Amino acid sequence: MRAARATLGFLRSQPFALVGISIYLLFLVLAIFADQIATHDPRQILFSGAYRVARYLPPSATHYLGTTAGGRDIFSQLVHGTRSALTVGVTAAFCVVFLGSLMGLLAGYLGGWVDRIIMRLSDIVLGLPFLPFVLVISALTRPGTVTLVASVALMLWPNTARVIRSQVLSLRERGWVEAARVTGCSPMRIIFVHIAPQVAPLAALYGSIAVGWAILTEASASFLGFGDPAAISWGLMLQDAFANQALSREAWNWFIPPGLCIVALVLAGFLVSRGSEKLLFPKLGD
Amino acid sequence: MKRVLGRLGHAIFVLWAVASLTFVMFRLMPGDPTLNFLSESFSEEMRAALLTSFGLDRPLPEQYVLYLGSLLRGDLGVSFLQKKPVLDILLDALPNTVALTVTALVIAYAFGIIAGAFLAFARGSVTEGIAIPAALITRAAPEFWLGMILLAWLSFAWGIFPSSGANEAGSEFTSEWARLTSADFLWHLVLPALTLALYLQGLPLLLMRATMLEVLNDEFIVMARMKGLSRWAIVMRHAARNALLPVATAFALGLGSSFGGNVVIETVFSWPGLGRVLVSAVQGADYPLAQGAFILIAAVLVTMNMVADLLYAWLDPRVSVGARR
Repeated sequence: MRAARATLGFLRSQPFALVGISIYLLFLVLAIFADQIATHDPRQILFSGAYRVARYLPPSATHYLGTTAGGRDIFSQLVHGTRSALTVGVTAAFCVVFLGSLMGLLAGYLGGWVDRIIMRLSDIVLGLPFLPFVLVISALTRPGTVTLVASVALMLWPNTARVIRSQVLSLRERGWVEAARVTGCSPMRIIFVHIAPQVAPLAALYGSIAVGWAILTEASASFLGFGDPAAISWGLMLQDAFANQALSREAWNWFIPPGLCIVALVLAGFLVSRGSEKLLFPKLGD
Repeated sequence: MKRVLGRLGHAIFVLWAVASLTFVMFRLMPGDPTLNFLSESFSEEMRAALLTSFGLDRPLPEQYVLYLGSLLRGDLGVSFLQKKPVLDILLDALPNTVALTVTALVIAYAFGIIAGAFLAFARGSVTEGIAIPAALITRAAPEFWLGMILLAWLSFAWGIFPSSGANEAGSEFTSEWARLTSADFLWHLVLPALTLALYLQGLPLLLMRATMLEVLNDEFIVMARMKGLSRWAIVMRHAARNALLPVATAFALGLGSSFGGNVVIETVFSWPGLGRVLVSAVQGADYPLAQGAFILIAAVLVTMNMVADLLYAWLDPRVSVGARR
């Protein structure tokens, strides 16, 4: 109860974070109730009248955002796209936080050759071009959500790991860690029971940025034709629109909404991280 | 000097690791690599002949040594589909990518630095309340979507700019330089460069603003103010110089990462650069070309990472190379 009130008080003092969390909640509702909110089956080819595919329809009361070149309902695709965006964003962020924290904790606390190997690994990853790497991996394995999330996690963990590592370097010299060591705690116990909770908020901050990166990467990969072809995602909608002359037909109703949704969701991550940055590092606040 | 050599050694290590990783990626993926890379219509003999000519029938360690050797000689193999040396294809595409990246970065950083410095002074104003969220939104938008909007608006709806390519089809030039400086090329460059610049300007803007705010509270600024220096002199001679430090580093890093990140923008505008070469090579399973393009993009990234580190140390003597991370 007290925690809830503290959170509410914090949100009221941080309008940025409040807006960010509201956007997240809105999309969460859309994703959960997608079947109820969508007006049509997003995959179904619709017909207008006798055997005529309902292609390139402008927005109307039956099709809020019109239809695609393939005669599918844009609004329904948009609503269902929320699911894949949230799935990709949240799982990728979770993987980045997990991998980054693990590497950072081990490197920072154990030091020595473990530290050297992990830091060299992160140097190598920072030398790999992000999107080209994701594309090559998708092309060489099976394109799909799992490949995408895995390659995003593989590319983004070094940033989190480096920050966590430097935090751990200072934490390990503190008195209470020393005390734990003296009482005979094993290094693993000290790392995961005593130090890990201390760096968790910092890891969460990097996680909220990773959500946005993952969604942008999914959109770019799908746009270039390396996404999961069976999925319904905003990136695929944009690719569909681009490949089917939505631009020259000036079908704004087709390609503007998916982009706006991506912007809103990625922006929400930025806003939340800005807000929590102030909570974590009050001195930084401007 | 010793520092520079040390940083150079580090970069060479990373390059070697990236090249090795590329080798592993392209060859040890599950399944028969030849099935991925050779068309199914090839006969058994043709496949065998191709395998021999590309050295794919030898044991992997031997292939690896051959691969590193030819990389060092700058030999990236021959493209499966275009039947031309990979290096020639890449060098043809390189000037287009360099022109696009450098133009966009210069516009983005010139705008970002000025706007960021201005916003540091306009703290708490209405302008700031609009400009900061606007900068965040451009950073949250997918580049290719910004490109699609500009394309639909300025090219298809208003017909001002061409919609694709780097030159009018069929145009001839006496030299590559003549092509890159022709009005036709620059006209084609406007939309892709503008899109990339729009996407990139948020970082220098926010960075410049943040460091300016930080610097303006520093002791030496207070000192300068106490000496009675004018506001302008303080900003130009003391604050901006120090605030530019992280921005200059970000510029070098941005140059490296944009090279690879251009992939989507080059696709939207059918810009014949490295990114498009990579995408079509990967889609067409042209594996020597894809591998070569990937390595070239990575090499630029590693080099620019090194330049950023050295630049940072050179501009700020308090930092020693390598200690930054």
